Amino acid sequence: MNWYSIGRIEDIPLRGARCVRTPQGKIGVFRTAENEVFAIEDHCPHKGGPLSQGIVHGKAVTCPLHNWVISLETGKALGADEGAVRSIPVKNEDGALSIELESLMMAAE
Amino acid sequence: MTEKLVIIGNGMAPGRMLEHLFEKAPGQYQVTIFNAEPRVNYDRIMLSPVLSGEKEYEEIIIHGDGWYIKHGITLYKGHKIVAIDRAAKTVTSDHGVTESYDKLVIATGSVPFIIPVPGKDLRGVITYRDLDDVQAMLLAAQSREKAVVIGGGLLGLEAAAGLANRGMDVTVLHVMPTLMERQLDPAAGYLLQKAVEERGIKVICKANTKAIIGDGKVEGIELDDGRIIPATLVVMAVGIRPSVGLARDAGLAVNRGIVVDDGMLTSDGSIMALGECAEVAGQVYGLVAPLYEMARVAASHLSGDRSAAFVHSDTPTKLKVTGIELFSLGDFADGDDREEIVLRDASAGVYKRLVLKDNKIIGTVLYGETADGAWFNDLKKRQTDISQMRETLIFGQAYQGGSPLDPMAAVAALPDDAEICGCNGVCKGKITSTITGKGLTSLDEVRAHTKASASCGSCTGLVEQLMTLTLGDNYNPAAVQPMCGCTDLGHDDVRRLIKAKGLKSIPAVMQELEWKTSCGCAKCRPALNYYLICDWPDEYADDYQSRFINERVHANIQKDGTYSVVPRMWGGVTNAKELRAIADVVDKFDVPLVKVTGGQRIDLLGIEKEDLPAVWAGLGKAGFVSGQAYAKGLRTVKTCVGSDWCRFGTQDSTGLGIRIEKFMWGSWTPAKLKMAVSGCPRNCAEATCKDIGVICVDSGFEIHFAGAAGLDIKGTEVLGLVKTEDEALEHIVALTQMYREQARYLERIYKWAKRVGLDEIRRQIMSDADKRKAYYDRFVFSQTFAQVDPWSERVSGKDKHEFRPMASVGFNEAAE
Repeated sequence: MNWYSIGRIEDIPLRGARCVRTPQGKIGVFRTAENEVFAIEDHCPHKGGPLSQGIVHGKAVTCPLHNWVISLETGKALGADEGAVRSIPVKNEDGALSIELESLMMAAE
Repeated sequence: MTEKLVIIGNGMAPGRMLEHLFEKAPGQYQVTIFNAEPRVNYDRIMLSPVLSGEKEYEEIIIHGDGWYIKHGITLYKGHKIVAIDRAAKTVTSDHGVTESYDKLVIATGSVPFIIPVPGKDLRGVITYRDLDDVQAMLLAAQSREKAVVIGGGLLGLEAAAGLANRGMDVTVLHVMPTLMERQLDPAAGYLLQKAVEERGIKVICKANTKAIIGDGKVEGIELDDGRIIPATLVVMAVGIRPSVGLARDAGLAVNRGIVVDDGMLTSDGSIMALGECAEVAGQVYGLVAPLYEMARVAASHLSGDRSAAFVHSDTPTKLKVTGIELFSLGDFADGDDREEIVLRDASAGVYKRLVLKDNKIIGTVLYGETADGAWFNDLKKRQTDISQMRETLIFGQAYQGGSPLDPMAAVAALPDDAEICGCNGVCKGKITSTITGKGLTSLDEVRAHTKASASCGSCTGLVEQLMTLTLGDNYNPAAVQPMCGCTDLGHDDVRRLIKAKGLKSIPAVMQELEWKTSCGCAKCRPALNYYLICDWPDEYADDYQSRFINERVHANIQKDGTYSVVPRMWGGVTNAKELRAIADVVDKFDVPLVKVTGGQRIDLLGIEKEDLPAVWAGLGKAGFVSGQAYAKGLRTVKTCVGSDWCRFGTQDSTGLGIRIEKFMWGSWTPAKLKMAVSGCPRNCAEATCKDIGVICVDSGFEIHFAGAAGLDIKGTEVLGLVKTEDEALEHIVALTQMYREQARYLERIYKWAKRVGLDEIRRQIMSDADKRKAYYDRFVFSQTFAQVDPWSERVSGKDKHEFRPMASVGFNEAAE
């Protein structure tokens, strides 16, 4: 497991998101109105919509394709929909953000 | 130890079985599913509402992809199993995938029956079974030509109603003397036929199809008596037969269906079958309730509990055609040992018949008024002796004990184990206890938690009555629909209070109007953002984080996450320089699809988000600005060539269209706003189905509004006739501003007009010059802030963060 620096909290708009490219696919990094930061796979469990493009409200995001609401804390679909995306550990050290990814070297070996 | 469970088929029965199984014995099985259809598990009962346009496919999905991932299920979509090797305990798909199993479940469902007449293979002859069939019908319905449905049963009538709803001229052919003769007696069948015919559907009973005629594709149907009925689409809905070929080839015992015992086990101890393909005690089933019962039994046995047994019970039948109420249950044939009670009310279109044997109900047919169906079903199930209430039985539950007719009392009197939702087998007690236990207050919540009324929806009324009973005043379905779950206020109240209290930011609205959530949701935030921008154009700062992605990045998101880009072509007019610029952009960015839109412009599809600013820069060099094809705002003004070129043109329609578009572009509206200007009443620009349209005539300009050509189709209403172009512009602008100030977010102009009344709109815009001028002035003021090209702003660097990933990490290490 490795921590990767991805930038600063101010790089993400309040109630917004940015995406981070990794060899395992895109990850959406979200900043809530309360300045909390969450990271989840950028791929809605319903039809694969880019969650980082959705509207962020509370600790959830609404997928731009078909309005599934995904919890940023757990990665699970809220309401009656069933499905989940992977949550990615994220660290916020005085605004400096990093995410933890599984050993990426494996891919090249 | 986990065992391997392989399921052939991914319909509603195995889906429900897995839900039970994961609840009873999580982790016991590693599950693999082969689905011949290339999709997930959806609600087949709801195909008719999809056909009629009342639902979308996405709304009827039962298990999304995420559900399969969550439960570790391997789902082979579009894989049809071609062989079962019982000795080796393996199955093989048509794509060559072989899987071994410890337990195999066959759930291959059924195939539609095709009547063996000449022409059955012609193009245009389809069945009604799955989503592909629905899509084929929707495609055919676009022609609005003639369709014939063979089969006047449940499925055939739903198909006919759906096609008629979509604008086709439909004839139903039924071989028996009355419709739905298996579920309805002749009297109810006759009432049903009248109701179907009132919808413009022709019905021919005792119609024996001799041949389907046509050369390569369907042209019509020939009946036994020589009659020919022209048609471009023929839907066969004459019944289904269990799909048993695979089981038979594998040497399993097969009758009409795959023979199983009351534990769903076939003649092979490792193989089970359930659903429409299974035959229990000589019966095969097609309605969902017994299939779900099979699913429950099969799951029990798989989890090791062998006590569960499938017991036959009659399932009530209901027709899912909006506005037709019918209910049928059990046996209603005449007989010497039977008595009947009949109630007819011709003027109300009501017919009720109860068939009794030994003072017990054995059959029920209700038409026109079906509220007591659940109660009669309950009496029948319990074999209640009805001799005490015989006199009043037919009037329903509310009349027992002399109490006045009150549907609430009827529901209240139902015992806790009375079945409310037949599709999902949910009884009254489960619903009321879940409402109380989980504190549910809305119908959607009750559906999500109990599944009651979540399939075909015909018991929605009963469920709502239960909610009223349980919640009392806390449930009021007729109250103003709140904007969303974040507030109890409706759109109109919110708009009024924003003005009245002078609220000028989203946090101010949420604070003052006591929002229940900290920062709203994806429904209310875009609405509030629009209301504030409309009401305070000079003071409110647009909140991009409250805009849908399309309006935030000024392009249209596509299903794969790429975007489409539509530059403005004023009035649909372009030139060589503009086309060259588009061609250069297409070459440079390798744009996968270039398409002409319905609004006379050019759409570039498949652009990566990161490329958007560069694409806009390329287009901007030729003077292009955003076409706002993504906006709840002014989209296009479609025009014909008008008096400059056309020999029939009465006015310069192109010029007027361009003038309107240049005056109004950039304005935000409650929903999208599409316009058109036609140069003469031949109406080549199709102005009479637009939000606002102009038909030029010799004496001036006829202004139209409130048309629709999308989900709904509706011709426009005439606002009035004006003499000059200047007047036309002033009236159109004033009308738009009135709409902007009054409509609810996402409400198109035709829906708003219906709500406030056409006469009121005409009075304010046509007759009240002061009002008109005031609306006009407010629009013009608002435009001074709105007419900024969002593309050139972003080319110059605004919102850079939107178009770039925050970081790329992990790639270097991986390459080492």
